Amino acid sequence: MTSTDAARPLVFRQRQTAEEILEPSPWSKLRRRILGNHSFLIGAIILAAIFAVAILAPLLAPHDPYDQDLAKRLTNPFWHEKKIDPEHILGTDKVGRDYLARLIYGSQISLLIGFSTMLISGVIGTVLGVTAGYFGGRVDMVVNFIINTRLAMPVFLVAMAAVVAFGASLTVVILVLGLFLWDRFAVVMRSITMQARDLDYVKAARAMGCSTPYIIVREIFPNVLSSLTVVATVEMANAILLEAALSFLGFGVQAPTPSWGLMLNEGREYMFFSPWLLALPGVCLFMLVLAINLFGDGLRDVTRERDR
Amino acid sequence: MTEAAAALETVDVTCVFHVGQGFLRGAKPLRAVNGVSLKIPQGQVVGLVGESGCGKSTMANILLGLQKPSSGDVLYSGNSAAGFSRRQIARRIQPIFQDPYSSLNPTKTIESIVSQPLKIHNVGEPSEWSAKVAEMLDVVGLPRRVASSYPSQLSGGQRQRVAIARALVMRPEVVICDEPTSALDVSVQSQILNLLQDLKEELGLTYLLISHNLAVVQHMADRVAVMYLGRIVEEADAQTLFNDPRHPYTRALLGSVLTPDPRLGVPDTHLGTVFPNPIDPPPGCSFHPRCSECMEICRSRAPRPVADGGHETECHLYGNTGGQDRHVAHND
Repeated sequence: MTSTDAARPLVFRQRQTAEEILEPSPWSKLRRRILGNHSFLIGAIILAAIFAVAILAPLLAPHDPYDQDLAKRLTNPFWHEKKIDPEHILGTDKVGRDYLARLIYGSQISLLIGFSTMLISGVIGTVLGVTAGYFGGRVDMVVNFIINTRLAMPVFLVAMAAVVAFGASLTVVILVLGLFLWDRFAVVMRSITMQARDLDYVKAARAMGCSTPYIIVREIFPNVLSSLTVVATVEMANAILLEAALSFLGFGVQAPTPSWGLMLNEGREYMFFSPWLLALPGVCLFMLVLAINLFGDGLRDVTRERDR
Repeated sequence: MTEAAAALETVDVTCVFHVGQGFLRGAKPLRAVNGVSLKIPQGQVVGLVGESGCGKSTMANILLGLQKPSSGDVLYSGNSAAGFSRRQIARRIQPIFQDPYSSLNPTKTIESIVSQPLKIHNVGEPSEWSAKVAEMLDVVGLPRRVASSYPSQLSGGQRQRVAIARALVMRPEVVICDEPTSALDVSVQSQILNLLQDLKEELGLTYLLISHNLAVVQHMADRVAVMYLGRIVEEADAQTLFNDPRHPYTRALLGSVLTPDPRLGVPDTHLGTVFPNPIDPPPGCSFHPRCSECMEICRSRAPRPVADGGHETECHLYGNTGGQDRHVAHND
């Protein structure tokens, strides 16, 4: 037909061979990216280890975390010379419960709180944010008002009020945190959806006759997912720290449940003579939060490169 | 005007946006499109030319059924738009966008992008879709193996070919090309334009070609409409318009085309640099503040379109300047 037709196959044939040499399969590319991303690797390994510990807790824990033995109160961990008990590697607390077992079971509480809070707040925040960002106008104004109302309420005071009203329990902590940590999800999702909404592929989908729910779920949502994972991990770490803080203050998980925050509180009186009572749960919290943050950051880098 | 039936037609379409002036100051109307009647005859290419902000893209949105006109009507093969659902319009009219980097969803493979219209409209069996995608890739000159790639693995020209394949997979009657080449390299532009031209002949398509690039329009279009501040100020067959431009704005546009010869410098269009604020259009003829042949009457009265054969011009320099108060009333 025209002169370009003659040139076209030639151009593409050259390109094809060049790309075949340079372009590895998607899986090997993904593997290379994961191995090249150290923060993702370190985060994933620590996180996987903590997960394994939480799931295998009944097998790993040397003792029942609730078993008291008042004859063996406050034994020292293994690196001390005096007052150690070979049965309790990391010693015991003030009522003679095995500290290692309590730390191991504490990971269950932290992960449980982190995940359930992230799920509840993630669903609320994403629905609100994506709706506001996509529809804009009045809907956006209403959602903004809800976000501002939420930001005006301090989590701690509301948590205390809820504890007074409903009593302290794991469920109350999860519900309070879940119903209060969605603001960052909403704000981030709203602004990213707003950007995505104006892109031509959304317009193309509308011109194709796609319904609005289809466009939101199938066109926009996959493109905001990488930001969503980052917010989700940040909020999960945040929820774990908040639970520890609430438990430390006595408004969270109640004794004798083994929660790292609660263990910090119980060890407070012995801070000067048995600092490990504070240091051990503190290090556990630190490692978990660090691992989640590294993992989230790395996950974004590993998954996002395909899009750009 | 033309013997061919209009595949797509607008009748006195107006589109008003209400633009907020800030908190508690109320909204002012912005007439993005102000009484446009445009016929796109079956099997022809109509070029729509104008500066940024003159309402070209709003016209495209109205024709695609994405934007409801404030008044006036869009006719699909002579039937009012009111009788069509968005899905029905989608089967007749498809867009090709300017920027192939934002018009393809980065999280989808080429195959799922091209087969999406089939999926949305439940055309055929899902098992036939990949064969159909392969066929479309052949039609637009892409190797079949790109079906499994992501848009980020393709070049700009290849992406635009994918966008064309997606637009054509449902065999629409009309394709609205909104600046189809302006985001591409010059060397790729001609490939895409030739492809569009070949496809038009093979598939019997009708195009509305929206562009600010006059060379592109001259290359492709059978008829050209020049748009200024929401009005079509001149409309004629492409050859007539390029050989005998009448409206001072068209002449300025044609005079503004850059030449490759550096000694000639940047052409002076006498247009000035200020595009009038469409919220506050000038009274009378909206072009008069920038017009090199402005007369007294232009400041107070909006001109009425004057037809001379197939050549329509909206300017006081041509034909009678009889009372035309409609726009004056609009501009109050």
